[in-house]
Amino acid sequence: MTAVGERDAAPAAGPPGEEAKPAAVRAAMRWHQSSRSDRAWRRLLVGFGLTIPVLLVGIAALLAHGAWPALKKFGGGFLTGSQWDPVSDAFGGWPFVFGTLASSLIAVLIAVPLSIGLALFLTELAPRWLAAPIGFATELLAAIPSVVYGLWGIFVLVPFLRDWVETPLSDRLGGHLGIFEGPAYGPGLLSGGVILAIMIVPFVSAVSREVISAVPRAQREAALALGATRWETTWQIVLPFARAGLIGAVMLGLGRAIGETMAVTMVIGNTPQVPHSLFGPAYTMASVLANEFAEASGDVHRSALMLVALLLLGITLVINACARALVWHVNRGPGGSR
Amino acid sequence: MTAHTFRDRRRRAVNRLMLALTGVCAVLTVVPLVLIFGYLLREGASSIDLAFLTHTPKPTGETGGGMANGIVGTLEMVGLAALIGLPVAIGAGMYLAESTGSRFATAVRFTADVLNGVPSIVTGIFVYLLVVVPTGGFSALAGSIALATMLVPMVTRTTEEMVRLVPREMLEGGLALGLPRWRTMLGIVLPAARGGIITGALVGIARIAGETAPLLFTALGNQFWQLDPRHPTAALPLQIFSYAISPYDDWHRQAWAGALLLILLVLTLSLGARLVFGRPERRA
Repeated sequence: MTAVGERDAAPAAGPPGEEAKPAAVRAAMRWHQSSRSDRAWRRLLVGFGLTIPVLLVGIAALLAHGAWPALKKFGGGFLTGSQWDPVSDAFGGWPFVFGTLASSLIAVLIAVPLSIGLALFLTELAPRWLAAPIGFATELLAAIPSVVYGLWGIFVLVPFLRDWVETPLSDRLGGHLGIFEGPAYGPGLLSGGVILAIMIVPFVSAVSREVISAVPRAQREAALALGATRWETTWQIVLPFARAGLIGAVMLGLGRAIGETMAVTMVIGNTPQVPHSLFGPAYTMASVLANEFAEASGDVHRSALMLVALLLLGITLVINACARALVWHVNRGPGGSR
Repeated sequence: MTAHTFRDRRRRAVNRLMLALTGVCAVLTVVPLVLIFGYLLREGASSIDLAFLTHTPKPTGETGGGMANGIVGTLEMVGLAALIGLPVAIGAGMYLAESTGSRFATAVRFTADVLNGVPSIVTGIFVYLLVVVPTGGFSALAGSIALATMLVPMVTRTTEEMVRLVPREMLEGGLALGLPRWRTMLGIVLPAARGGIITGALVGIARIAGETAPLLFTALGNQFWQLDPRHPTAALPLQIFSYAISPYDDWHRQAWAGALLLILLVLTLSLGARLVFGRPERRA
C-alpha cells in the first residue's frame, strides 16, 4: 500500500492531527491514493455524501422552476397582496405569511421562557433522580407525531382555550385591547400558537440544555465563591455566557414552528385573512399547501402555491442556517473538534 | 436592621423565587405530555378493536370499518423509505466521519443540518414534482422517496457521530495489517459503531413513521387495499388526519384509535432501539 501511496505525489488535505506523522505513514493513511478498490470506495462514499447537497439544491431548483410563472405574473406584489381567490386567479400571499409569522411568534414567546426555565432547572437545580425522568418526558413530547398533536388540539386544547382563556379575556379586555376583541371561535391564531409552543418546547429546551451544560464549571464556582446566590450566578454568569447558543436554540425552534404543518392546519381555522384579533381564524403558508396543493384548480393556482412553498423554504433556510452557525460556533466547530 | 441585611434578604428571596419558577417551567412542560397520553389512552384504548385492525374504511358516514390498509401502507412505505434512505445515509455518515479536515465535508455537514430543517410539507411538494408528475400518478413509491428524503440527513449525522466515536487506532490497526481501506471500514470500524448506528437509524425511522405532510401529495391515501407501490396507498397518519377533521363521531373515535396505535409504533421503535442498542448522543 505504501508503494502505491508514494507513487501519487499530489498533496492531499488529511485530518489536521495527522501532520505530525511521518510522511510515509501519512501517505499510507490517505484515502484516495491507495489501491484501485479503495479509490472506488472513496468515490462511492463521496457520492453518498454528495446526495445531500444535491437534494437541497434540487428542492430549491424544482420549487423555483414551479413557482416561476406565478413569480412572473405577480412579482413582489405577491408578498403584499391579501386576496386569495382561486376562482378569479387572484393570488396574494400576505395572509399566509402573516399567519405563519404571527403563530410562530406566539409560539416562541410562550416556549422560550418555558424552555430556558426547564433547561436551567434540569442543568442547575434538579437532582439526578428528578432530572432524568423530566428529561425523558420532554423526549417523549418530541417523539409525538404532528398529526397526533393536531388531533389532541382539535378535541382538547381548542375547546379548553375557547372556554377558559379566550372567552374570559374577550369579555373583560376585549373592549379595551384590540387583540383580545371579537368572538372566541376556538380555532384561530392563538390556538395555533399554543400548539406550536407545546411542540417546540422539547426541542428548544434540549438544545438550550446542551448549550448551558457547555458553560465551564469554573465560571459558576467563581461567582458562587464571590458570594453570588445561585440565581445571580445563573442570571449574570451562566446565561450571558451561553447567550449565542441560546439565541441559536430559539432560532432553531422558530424554524421548526414556521415549517410545522399538520398540527397547525388542524387548529388555526384555515381562513385566508389577516385576523383582527388573537382569537380570529388565520392561515399559515404550510397549511395552505397542505389543504390546497393536491386539488389545485389550475396552473396559476398551482404555481402560486409553489411560490408559497418557495417562500417558506427560503425563510426556514435562512433561519436554520443562522441558527446552526450560532450553535456550531458555541460547540466549537461542527462536531469535529469537540 | 441595617440596609445591608435587608438587601441580603431580598437577594435570597429573589433567589428562591426564581429557582422555584424554573421548577414551575418544568411542571408546565410535563403537563401537556400527561394530558396528551391520558387522552390517547382514554379515547384510543376503548376504540381499538379487531375490526379496527383488520378492516378497511367504510364509505363516508357509515360507522364501523378500520384502518388495516393504513397500518399496512405505513409499514410498507416506511420499510421502502428505510431501504432507499439508510444505505445513502450510512455511506454519507461514514464519508463525513472520515473527512474531518476537508472543506467539502464541512459543507455537506452543514447542508445536512439545513436539510433537516426543511419543512416536511416542502419535501412533499419536491417529491410531487420529482416523482409524481413524471410518473403520472400518486404512489406509495413517491411517498417512500419523500420519507427517505427526510430520513437521510437525520441518519447521516448520527452515523457520523457514532463512527467518529470508534477509536482511530482501530482503523490504523486494520490498515497496518495491510487490509484495504474499504475492508477496514466495513469489517472493523462499522461493526464497532453498529449499536449506535442502528439506534440512530431506528429513531429516524420512528420519526418518519409519524409524518403526514410529506405523504399528502405523494402517497395521497386510499380507501381500499393497495399493496402495489406504484399506486396511491393509505397511511395511518393520513387517515388520522382526514378522520380527525371529518364531522363524524365514529371517525373521531377511529382517529383516536389510530393515534394511539401510531404513537405505540413510534415509541416502540425509538425507545426500544435505545434500550436494546444503547443511545446515540443527542445533538441539535
